[in-house]
Amino acid sequence: MLGYTITQWLFGILSFLAVMFALLVVFSKNPVHSVLYLVLTFFCIAGHYLLMNAQFLAIVHIAVYAGAIMVLFLFVIMLLNLNEQHEPRRTSVSRIIGVIVAGLFLMVLVGVLKGTEQLQLTNTANAEAGLIKNLGQVLFNEFLFPFEIVSILLLAALVGAIMLGKKEVKENVNENRI
Amino acid sequence: MTAFILYKSIICLAIFILSLTVAAYASWWERKLSGFLQDRYGPNRAGKWGLLQPLADGGKMLFKEEIIPNLSNKFLFVIAPGIFIITTIVAGVLIPWAPPVKIGDTYYAMQATDIDIGVVFLLGVTSVGVYGIMIGGWASNNKYSLLGAIRASAQMISYELAMGISLIALIISAGGTLSFSEILQVQDAGYANVVWQPLGFVIFFVCSLAETNRAPFDLAECETELVGGYHTEYSAFKLGLFLFAEYMAMFVSSAVMAGFYFGGYNFPFAAELYQAMGLEEGSWIITLIGFTVYFAKTLLFISVFMWIRWTLPRFRYDQLMNLGWKALLPLSLLNLAITVVVEFIRGNIQF
Repeated sequence: MLGYTITQWLFGILSFLAVMFALLVVFSKNPVHSVLYLVLTFFCIAGHYLLMNAQFLAIVHIAVYAGAIMVLFLFVIMLLNLNEQHEPRRTSVSRIIGVIVAGLFLMVLVGVLKGTEQLQLTNTANAEAGLIKNLGQVLFNEFLFPFEIVSILLLAALVGAIMLGKKEVKENVNENRI
Repeated sequence: MTAFILYKSIICLAIFILSLTVAAYASWWERKLSGFLQDRYGPNRAGKWGLLQPLADGGKMLFKEEIIPNLSNKFLFVIAPGIFIITTIVAGVLIPWAPPVKIGDTYYAMQATDIDIGVVFLLGVTSVGVYGIMIGGWASNNKYSLLGAIRASAQMISYELAMGISLIALIISAGGTLSFSEILQVQDAGYANVVWQPLGFVIFFVCSLAETNRAPFDLAECETELVGGYHTEYSAFKLGLFLFAEYMAMFVSSAVMAGFYFGGYNFPFAAELYQAMGLEEGSWIITLIGFTVYFAKTLLFISVFMWIRWTLPRFRYDQLMNLGWKALLPLSLLNLAITVVVEFIRGNIQF
């Protein structure tokens, strides 16, 4: 089809959709719409993982980001009942800061992407690498130490979250009965 | 290639039609069973034993007036039941309904797709299933709907944890495979997984009740407190889709339980029976018997779901959260620890 393979077509369509939804996250006025567009962006990125034969990563990406984290985001935003009238007015200082931060981020992106002409769209060299068996072998042999460090980090975050949550319950006992 | 696409399309279509039919007749069976449990007849006017009742209900839903609230978010309001039903139907593609049938020299699996990470896929799909309810509840622009949606999603997130951990224990027991069809094959050779995972099965069962929003965990649509919960503002066929999706979710989770813990299409002395009947491996008669057995197990679980609904009263919200976080989660961790010890003694895992 027009000189492209199916994989290249899929890559193009998924990339277009991912960028489009990412832009819609930023430009939509309603925060709930933003969250839903972000979920769609995550689905597109999961599609990219699938193109690279990383099935496990793709599903975990959907389960964790779309299925857990974004649900909590949606949760909070629904309870806050934000809408267009409540949007705070931007001062010129915050606009200038925003432009500077975005410009710096653009520089980082350009620096990272400069040497990537050689990158492949898909992982054809080792099609089995993303299967869960191989992933587990690599993760628990070569990368065991980083893996353990990440789990300690997550444990610390978990304990911290519980501590923060506990303080609120003491102040208002009926809080957990929605 | 064409043959492959044709074969997969037929399987997908068959599973789709099966899910729809079972979901429709589950509503009929629910009313019949509740009638039996409460010592009354249940539906008995439309057709013999009320068998045409689902068609009558569907027709009624189609012809009712459709009301979309003025201040609702119209696009999301309309799309929410669709999201809900799609996420429930997608989980059904994983289920291997019968042993593979041999045509010519190739085996054809009776499963839409046998992905390597079936169990993780299942968890992913169930976690995305929250969106239908949340979007529907929020877009209705009604306080009762919003509260119902928030209750439902908090409940689903809470019970997913215990469900996932009980599934990890199951995977260890089943020899470390994440593929649904391999989990069934393991049970063909030995005992059903429930023998090694009794506690895990109970936890998984309770979590499935909570995930499908069935009584005693149906706080999302608790009519005494929240009118109709997340579907308060829905009418006509959109309401029908929400109710339909609940039955479909029940069907899929029953099939998953029957497969994961009760051997799916396997049954005791199956190999001896097939030998006595003189059937070779891959014969279509074996596929048919296997499918019947699996289907019967699934229907049994659906009936148990209904039995529970018409027997137990509804939990209070704080009781529900306490059960999820303070009882089921520690129990599932305990189950995981016990499983590791037992499997080590059995010699299935080495350090």
